[in-house]
Amino acid sequence: MDSQNTSDKLPVGVIGAGVFGTAVANLLAENRDVILYSRRPEVAENILVKRIHRGQKMSERIKPTSNIEELTSSCTLIFPVVSSSGFSEMIRTFSPYLRPDHILIHGTKGLDVRLKDGEKLTEKTFLNRKMVRTMSEIILQETEVMRVGCLAGPNLASEIALGQPAASVIASRFDEVIREGQRALRSSRFQVFGNHDITGVELAGVLKNVIAIASGALSGLGYGENARALLISRGMVEMVHIGKLMGGEPKAFFGLAGVGDLIATCSSEKSRNFTVGFRLAKGEKIEDILSSMDEVAEGVNTVKVTHAFIHSAKTRAPMTETIYKCLFSGMTVKEGVDYLMNLPLGTDLDYFS
Amino acid sequence: MEEQKHTRKGWLYEPLFPDVNTWPIYKLTQERDEFLKEVKEAAFKAAKEQTKTNQGLNEELAKTYYLERIRLKTNAWAADKKDEGPFWEGVKKKLLKLSPENEKTPDLNEDNILESIIDRYTEEIAGFFSPSAYNFAKEATTFGFARLLNASEGKGISRFWKTRHNLHEKIRLQGDLDHIRTLAKKGTLVMVPTHFSNLDSIMIGWAIASLGLRPFLYGAGLNLFGIGILAFFMNKLGAYKVDRRKKNMIYLETLKAYSTIGMVRGCNSLFFPGGTRSRSGSIETKLKLGLLGTAMEAQRLNFLKDKEKATKIFVIPVVFNYNFVLEAPSLIDEHLKRTGQQHYFRENDDYSTSYKLAKFMLKFFTKSSEISISFGKCIDLFGNPVDNEGNSIGKNNEKIDISRYFMTNGAFTRDSQRDAEYTKMLGDEIVKRFHSESRVFASHAVAFVAFELIRKRYKKLDIYAVLRLPEEDQKLTYLEFTNGVSRLLDRLREMAANGEVHLYHELEIPEIDKVIETGIKNLGMYDAKRPLYKTKDDFIMSEDFNLLFFYHNRLEGYGLAKYI
Repeated sequence: MDSQNTSDKLPVGVIGAGVFGTAVANLLAENRDVILYSRRPEVAENILVKRIHRGQKMSERIKPTSNIEELTSSCTLIFPVVSSSGFSEMIRTFSPYLRPDHILIHGTKGLDVRLKDGEKLTEKTFLNRKMVRTMSEIILQETEVMRVGCLAGPNLASEIALGQPAASVIASRFDEVIREGQRALRSSRFQVFGNHDITGVELAGVLKNVIAIASGALSGLGYGENARALLISRGMVEMVHIGKLMGGEPKAFFGLAGVGDLIATCSSEKSRNFTVGFRLAKGEKIEDILSSMDEVAEGVNTVKVTHAFIHSAKTRAPMTETIYKCLFSGMTVKEGVDYLMNLPLGTDLDYFS
Repeated sequence: MEEQKHTRKGWLYEPLFPDVNTWPIYKLTQERDEFLKEVKEAAFKAAKEQTKTNQGLNEELAKTYYLERIRLKTNAWAADKKDEGPFWEGVKKKLLKLSPENEKTPDLNEDNILESIIDRYTEEIAGFFSPSAYNFAKEATTFGFARLLNASEGKGISRFWKTRHNLHEKIRLQGDLDHIRTLAKKGTLVMVPTHFSNLDSIMIGWAIASLGLRPFLYGAGLNLFGIGILAFFMNKLGAYKVDRRKKNMIYLETLKAYSTIGMVRGCNSLFFPGGTRSRSGSIETKLKLGLLGTAMEAQRLNFLKDKEKATKIFVIPVVFNYNFVLEAPSLIDEHLKRTGQQHYFRENDDYSTSYKLAKFMLKFFTKSSEISISFGKCIDLFGNPVDNEGNSIGKNNEKIDISRYFMTNGAFTRDSQRDAEYTKMLGDEIVKRFHSESRVFASHAVAFVAFELIRKRYKKLDIYAVLRLPEEDQKLTYLEFTNGVSRLLDRLREMAANGEVHLYHELEIPEIDKVIETGIKNLGMYDAKRPLYKTKDDFIMSEDFNLLFFYHNRLEGYGLAKYI
């Protein structure tokens, strides 16, 4: 296999200057020049002048821009890191500028739902797998890019910003994508592992957010570690169950992007999804919680999507269903916990059979 | 339905390139030494790359020797060369000399053993192309087809000339044929047909000639080269020999190199990507990607060599649509044995396992039934549509430069894992197009409905038990059957409107009774036992449920069962 050294000279692109996008840009800047795209010119301008953004000091090697073409014409390796609600729109905007030689590694942990025009996602909506897209599936369907990967793992942006050691997984069907991603991201404080099951890794990263909400709720009720351990291990079972239904291999869930990320998000008050659960348990209304947060808690939308999906697939997922009720149909967190504790007992582990 | 015009000689189109000297496939024979040298070099490089170290190569050579010895002992064929035994004995001796306890022999190393094996394989695989044999075969097929038709319809000598015309009524070539011809002038074509019957190979050869395209390079089973007259022709029609017994890496790499270099040298190619005939009767859902991968490699090499002026490769999915498959009884039997194992018992065994080619053709042409060969839209190797200039058209309806798929950071790179993934994606696209290009016949529809209705009735039984039901339990009233057909047609029309499948003209008839009548009449009309028939007291029954299952399977994979 021919290896290319030219890659080290090309800048790497990052789309989205949110907390995580900014952290990724700073990580990349340890190895390479970075072009950071923000849709809003004033944000790009601000970064350029102040060199501080989202509470993070910006590396000198990061060049902010709000010009799509500037990014796509100078970078072949691009990391889209925007919220899942804006992802498909962003990709459609970028699509005319993306070429077959671009490599996209996204860091977005959410699901996209395609409904008929004007239709809204409700409890009753029928959702099959074709209507639910992971972020990499959006890229494949909307652009010419075939070399797609995803970045997942226990990566709390605030800890990365502080320079603490961490690791991540890049999943892609293509060795080349993993290799290019590793070369760009790896440093003495950031490990990067590879995985070929991109669907599994994406789903692991997505589904763990649901459990993170529940974990926050337990903390909000003042429960301790026994309850959390119960939640995490039973939560894994449910994640694997839903993940398999959606086409992921169970193995991916036991790696850094699954169990690793799950432990991190379920134990951290810095996690947005955790915070949603925590405040919910304290009696706040979901609308108030969401409107007071400056970035999206992906788990809330994921609960909606997976709830409709499992319902349509005529299967059960008690945790997801209960969290859905707590979020959207007035069940209190305490009632939710009682309901789950009174479920008939199943086997401990059954996904290897 | 539109009338298909035809040329004076009975083809649909005049040849695009009348001068045989411009045919790449003929050039392979004219420049044979040079061509084979390239093949050998490419195979050598690939084998070295896979084995990595000398030690690895040594192990691979030993394994190859071992596998070849077993083949010679347990599975010898008439087509095998006489000196196979001595050759492999020689390989063994050389390998022994290389073992560490022996002293080094000058000029003997793993590389030259590898070379000698590749040499041998290449010479065995390589075919010849003779324009005169080709023309003869071309004329003979049409003449033969026409005569057979004549036998069925002929009354009086004047019918003889008309039969050429009838041929195209009987075998419909459908799809954007002009587009294919336009692209034949712009690049290299790769045809990938579905595979249901032994008839396919002859049909596709005839169709290619009728489209006026230059002949295609294709692989034919080495076993066929052991049969006198067949061997004579295949040897001269550019067919290369594929030996399914040899599964060792060195052989496979040599075969792939032959196909790749053939395409790089501009030869149109034909593969049956399903590998063998569909045993179940369903459209292929899993493809063998080996030869498809050689198209990917050829395209990469073309771009590497000629950059933006490079010859592009266009893929044409082709679907054969039959009312019957002559080998159906033995195919479905094999399928059930394979999948059912102990669950499947053969109840009676009155079918011969192989049909003679002649009997085959005679039966087909003397009974009136149509065949449609649908040519799908041309795509590039990344599944994009292609315009008349050969440009790939992307998702934003703009020209895209697919050579960039082989680039990393702005430069061409070689990465076999990447290209293998591209090939898998291409395979998925071809499967999708097989399904959407397929023409649904009335016979497919009635078989599907009848079988599904019975299966629904016995939900708790597995498929093998359903197949063993006594005849009286496989009875449907005409009313429930008609209702089922009507529900299926509704769904099929919806899908056809979305471009997910095509309906043959006989399904456009509004009277459902007529559709059913046509379907039952055409379904498996050659089989000794009728897969479906209507009794005098208006019941729908089957004389051979396995066959019905086979024909039913043609509409598997569309998610239709829930609509019945």
